[in-house]
Amino acid sequence: MFKSVYNWIDERLDITPLWRDVADHEVPEHVNPAHHFSAFVYCFGGLTFFITVIQILSGMFLTMYYVPDIINAYASVDYLQHKVAFGQIVRGMHHFGASLVIVMMFLHTLRVFFTGSYKAPREMNWVVGMLIFFIMLGLGFTGYLLPWDNKAYYATKVGVEIAASVPVLGPYIADFLYGGDIVGAQTLTRFFAIHVFFLPGALIAMLAAHFIMIRKQGISGPL
Amino acid sequence: MAHGHHSNEKVVYVGDSRVKKSNHPNIPPDYTSFPGKSEAFIPNFLLKEWMVGCVVLVGFLVWTIAEPAPLGYPADPTNASFIPMPDWYFLFLYQFLKYPYVSQDYILLGTMGVPAVMFGALLLAPFLDTGKERRFYRRPIASSLMGLSLIASIYLTVISWDHYQHILEANGTIPEHIEREEKAREAAEKGEERPNYTQPKEEASLVEANDPAMDIAKQAQCVGCHAADLKGQGTTPSLVGVGDRLSKEELAEVITNGRNNGAMPSFKDKLSAEEIDQLATWLSKQKVAAE
Ligand code: HEC
Ligand code: HEM
Repeated sequence: MFKSVYNWIDERLDITPLWRDVADHEVPEHVNPAHHFSAFVYCFGGLTFFITVIQILSGMFLTMYYVPDIINAYASVDYLQHKVAFGQIVRGMHHFGASLVIVMMFLHTLRVFFTGSYKAPREMNWVVGMLIFFIMLGLGFTGYLLPWDNKAYYATKVGVEIAASVPVLGPYIADFLYGGDIVGAQTLTRFFAIHVFFLPGALIAMLAAHFIMIRKQGISGPL
Repeated sequence: MAHGHHSNEKVVYVGDSRVKKSNHPNIPPDYTSFPGKSEAFIPNFLLKEWMVGCVVLVGFLVWTIAEPAPLGYPADPTNASFIPMPDWYFLFLYQFLKYPYVSQDYILLGTMGVPAVMFGALLLAPFLDTGKERRFYRRPIASSLMGLSLIASIYLTVISWDHYQHILEANGTIPEHIEREEKAREAAEKGEERPNYTQPKEEASLVEANDPAMDIAKQAQCVGCHAADLKGQGTTPSLVGVGDRLSKEELAEVITNGRNNGAMPSFKDKLSAEEIDQLATWLSKQKVAAE
């Protein structure tokens, strides 16, 4: 059944090369922890991706309940946390996952740095990686405001105040983020849009570039 | 069939097709130059990865169940005493900006100078460190710069956290998410409902607003300070709901003798004991909290 459906599609679209292109490659010994335990450092990129997927999935479920306005935001988070079945798990995964993904990303960056894997010909992938790094920090910053409790409110206030002290651009950045003169209704909807649409979109594009480059160049050789 | 092919044939774009026939050879990168035992990604390696992934996922789920994600009290823009605290991975920067020479008059150096140079260097690392050598112990400059930045960041983060704990202790403040959880637990132990901070408080108003005591309040100029609806103004507290805080005797005492060095004046001489009693009786009925 499955095979005949697959064949039916493959006949028309020739999809086999698409996935074979992704799937057919070898995992060399020097990055395989089954052979050298110390090769676990090469897993951090994959782990970062794993948790990124968790973040995206749990985030999608969060938006089923979350309401991005200043009257209901806190109440909707509170409701999700305490009343919705499995709500605590969904919110917990997204909350702790946000820290975990940053930890994994730090470790991955350090692995790439200390193995010198950013050197020619992989310079571009390092730069894309750093862009991902900044996007991740941006996701952390904008996501922090969304529960709309005091911690969220004041951290954002201080954060934007720091950004506003940047010369020339500062006031524009602050204006863009605040959408007004204080952290308020506009700020929350903006942060929500940035956190849920703009940055994940950019992240996915960058991840695609990251993976295509890895696939093209292969993993860096043993030291 | 537009292309006139045998219908069982794989799609081969030739003839009138606008898509060129691809001659791209699908050859995976060659790892024969790497020593040792390489392993096929699919299925061998991926299956192992998934098994590890499942274990991690279960551990993660257990963690989220054991440790609920924190939530404080609803944001209150007028709360002046709240100690702002960013998420942990921003602490190094937050702490850094507290030092003299990178804050206030030198804030330019703090926001643009140091961090921009550091992150700029990190971004452009492959173009700054162009040597062929990859082993970190053969790249003393790059490795020690990274090592130093790492130690500095960890140090700043720890100091920042310590500092925060210190302020909390000095002010006797419990972080809101902990206090909130504590209260929820206490309520649960007493079999009460979890305190709910999300319902907007019903606009409370005076109980028995037509009571003759209200006329006394007007005559005695209570309304001058406590406002016409007795809901308070400026630093003068609201009397709506005062019955939750003070008993009838305490109310009579406040009215008779005043409080806070006459900020709340004494009415001993202006009102009769009977009027004071009437006021206190009426005020003690001003309760807001649900029975
Ligand atoms: C001069 C302004 C002024 C007038 C007039 C005045 N009050 Fe007050 N009242 C205050 C201030 C200020 C306080 C807060 C005192 C403090 O800081 O402890 C207060 C506190 C109180 C309290 C205690 C409230 C609490 O929440 O603990 C009561 C009860 C009260 N007033 C009742 C009255 C009544 C009844 C009258 C009229 C007979 C009156 N006040 C007239 C200024 C005034
Ligand atoms: C969401 C974040 C990221 C994900 C999911 C991710 C994922 C991956 C994966 C799966 C690999 C394969 C090798 C490995 O697992 O170690 C890899 C390689 C690489 N990553 Fe990332 N990465 C991320 C962020 C970054 C960052 C922040 C940098 C550095 C600035 C970076 C730079 C690189 C480079 C240069 C390689 C090639 C290394 C080599 O060939 O040895 N990546 N990445």
